[in-house]
Amino acid sequence: MTSREMMHRSESAVSIELQTPDMTLNIGPQHPSTHGVLRLVAKVDGERIREVEPVIGYMHRGYEKLAEVRTYAQITALVNRIDWVSGFASEVPFILGVEKLMGVEAPERAQWIRLILSELARISSHLVFISSYPLELGATTPLMHSLREREYILELIEEVTGGRFHPNFNRVGGVKSAYGGGSTTKKQSMDLPAGFFKRTSEAMDRMDKICDDIDTLVTGNELIKMRTVGVGIIPPDKALEFGLSGPNLRASGVAYDLRKSDSYLTYDQVEFDVVSRPGGDCYDRYLVRLHEVRESVKIIRQAIDMIPSGPLQAKVPRVLKAPKGHVYSRAENPKGEFGYYIVSEGGKMPYRLKIRSTSFSNLTILPWILKGQLIPDLVAIMGSLDFVLGDVDR
Amino acid sequence: MNFWLLLVIEVVVMLLLVLTSSLVVIYAELKAGSHMQSRIGPYYAGGRWGWAQPLADGLKFLQKEDLSPTGADKTVYGFAPYVVLMSTLAIFVVIPLGPDLVAVDLDVGVYFVLAISSLSVLGILMAGWSSANKYSLMGGLRAAAQLIAYELPLVLAVVAVVVQAGTMSLNGIVEAQNDVWFSLGSFDVALPFVLRGQVLGFAIFMIAAVAELSRIPFDMPIAESELTMGYLTEYSGIRFTMFFLGEYASMVGLSAIAATLFLGGYGFPGVTGTWANILGPGILIGKIAVLVFLIIWIRWTWPRLREDQLQSMAWTWLIPLALLNIALIAGFKVVF
Repeated sequence: MTSREMMHRSESAVSIELQTPDMTLNIGPQHPSTHGVLRLVAKVDGERIREVEPVIGYMHRGYEKLAEVRTYAQITALVNRIDWVSGFASEVPFILGVEKLMGVEAPERAQWIRLILSELARISSHLVFISSYPLELGATTPLMHSLREREYILELIEEVTGGRFHPNFNRVGGVKSAYGGGSTTKKQSMDLPAGFFKRTSEAMDRMDKICDDIDTLVTGNELIKMRTVGVGIIPPDKALEFGLSGPNLRASGVAYDLRKSDSYLTYDQVEFDVVSRPGGDCYDRYLVRLHEVRESVKIIRQAIDMIPSGPLQAKVPRVLKAPKGHVYSRAENPKGEFGYYIVSEGGKMPYRLKIRSTSFSNLTILPWILKGQLIPDLVAIMGSLDFVLGDVDR
Repeated sequence: MNFWLLLVIEVVVMLLLVLTSSLVVIYAELKAGSHMQSRIGPYYAGGRWGWAQPLADGLKFLQKEDLSPTGADKTVYGFAPYVVLMSTLAIFVVIPLGPDLVAVDLDVGVYFVLAISSLSVLGILMAGWSSANKYSLMGGLRAAAQLIAYELPLVLAVVAVVVQAGTMSLNGIVEAQNDVWFSLGSFDVALPFVLRGQVLGFAIFMIAAVAELSRIPFDMPIAESELTMGYLTEYSGIRFTMFFLGEYASMVGLSAIAATLFLGGYGFPGVTGTWANILGPGILIGKIAVLVFLIIWIRWTWPRLREDQLQSMAWTWLIPLALLNIALIAGFKVVF
């Protein structure tokens, strides 16, 4: 080979584009921004994600199976542990389904109490999101401020139900008598703790204030906008295709809210707006949740004015048995549509309980949305979907 | 006095000064951060105000097991924290605390500072590569990319100061800022460079310094929520403490450089002669404290940028602005 030929060959060898194999990066199950034990097997090229495969089930607790060997009254203690950030809200659709199955209707006052507590749970859940989302983007301070305010909400829930996270407050045909409340059907004056409404409206004032504070600290922050605007855009058709619900869907411009479209409890009697944003990016998902806190505050203020007096518990038989049949009951939880499919063979326990948990359905979009994103954006997008691992794995 | 004795005294004094100041800064960060977050922060350690918290933390770290991963390159892994710490400590050698209070008054002090402070990224890259951890590697690479992007604006901002002062000696730069700029009647006005048209340069220097420190909003090499702890992921015990001390010491170091270059260093209007030697350290520490507080404040307020955003900010904004700054300062110098 002449030297000229050799030079030519070496040049052509150099000009071949360098091929590098993708690196497999295990994000999770132990990772600060996977909200628990989600594992993502990501194929990355540098910081660019080629594909990602979520691996779930690290937190599977078998609630659907456990429910088959528990009576209806016992199951409420299970289901509020599915999404622990908004424990009360996951009780509501279940108890509504059971009541529908048994043909019982809770008294008006109990319905209102459920509504107030559901909205408190929504505020608390959204405050957790508002606190943890900037944290994932690197801002630590909103966490402390909004978690401090959430404490007021948790205290309210605690003084009514006795539990901060797991209220287990719903009964078939009503709600439990409040702490120290005595018989619920006779003495309605002892159903809610004295001064509860006053403290609630004070807390609502605080919520308005923290929303304004967060607006100045986070919403208008240029760096937050740089990280979130235009990142992780979910178009409305994709959102519907993947079965997103709740704020994630509404941020894509689909104003779908079960509280309006399939009203339950007494949501048809209160005035509120369905918050939706057209963009579908992380910033919009954040804004929708922030505005929903304000809407919830509005709902609770109305509910305090409108709540009637009366019994807390409908008359139900001593031994609760559901007739043969099946029912699907759903509600708009903080994270989206939460549903229970209850099949009864006519006993004290359900034959089968299928839980349609929100976070699981919201998570199905991850492989599609994370394809081709950068690792910092992965964190931003994952955080903006606001899932709870207990809700994913059940 | 004996040369060796003097050397030992200088080294011990500098080391104590640096380590104490970084402990103080750690405490300041803990306390200031907590109050910004409506918390109390350290409270019990030391009996009052939790003043001994950094010491207690340090002691705790010393007791921890010094782990190294199985696949790690043990030598490089073990050596990396010291490279970071040494490059930081070396900055303090040339910082003048007073007209005569400087360990070594180099003619090329500025050059030395810039060269030695960029060595720390070598240690970070070593740490990231040798940890045998993918997150660490990515953290190390991010740090390297960040350094390349931010060393340039930093150097260019300093070049403008050198042009204005006409010297590369840090002492000389401080003296230049103490020189009379103009006189109003019989009243002589001597102003630090930041008030002599270096506002832009100062801003660029501080942004680049924060980037070099890898602190929020430029903490991508560590980025807890993305890369767990970046190049620090595998470190524990005393080696982690070294990194930690190094981070805070370089915070003090770069603030001291910024104070010297732009804020007049140990100089203060009306303080001259022997008084400058006596009050100089206090004045400089005061200026450092202001800058350190600024950096802490930023950290507890802002989120983190993305790596590509940081790069585009450096190349499309800071470097052109820094070049413009040099042109303006040089033009000013030539005309007047």
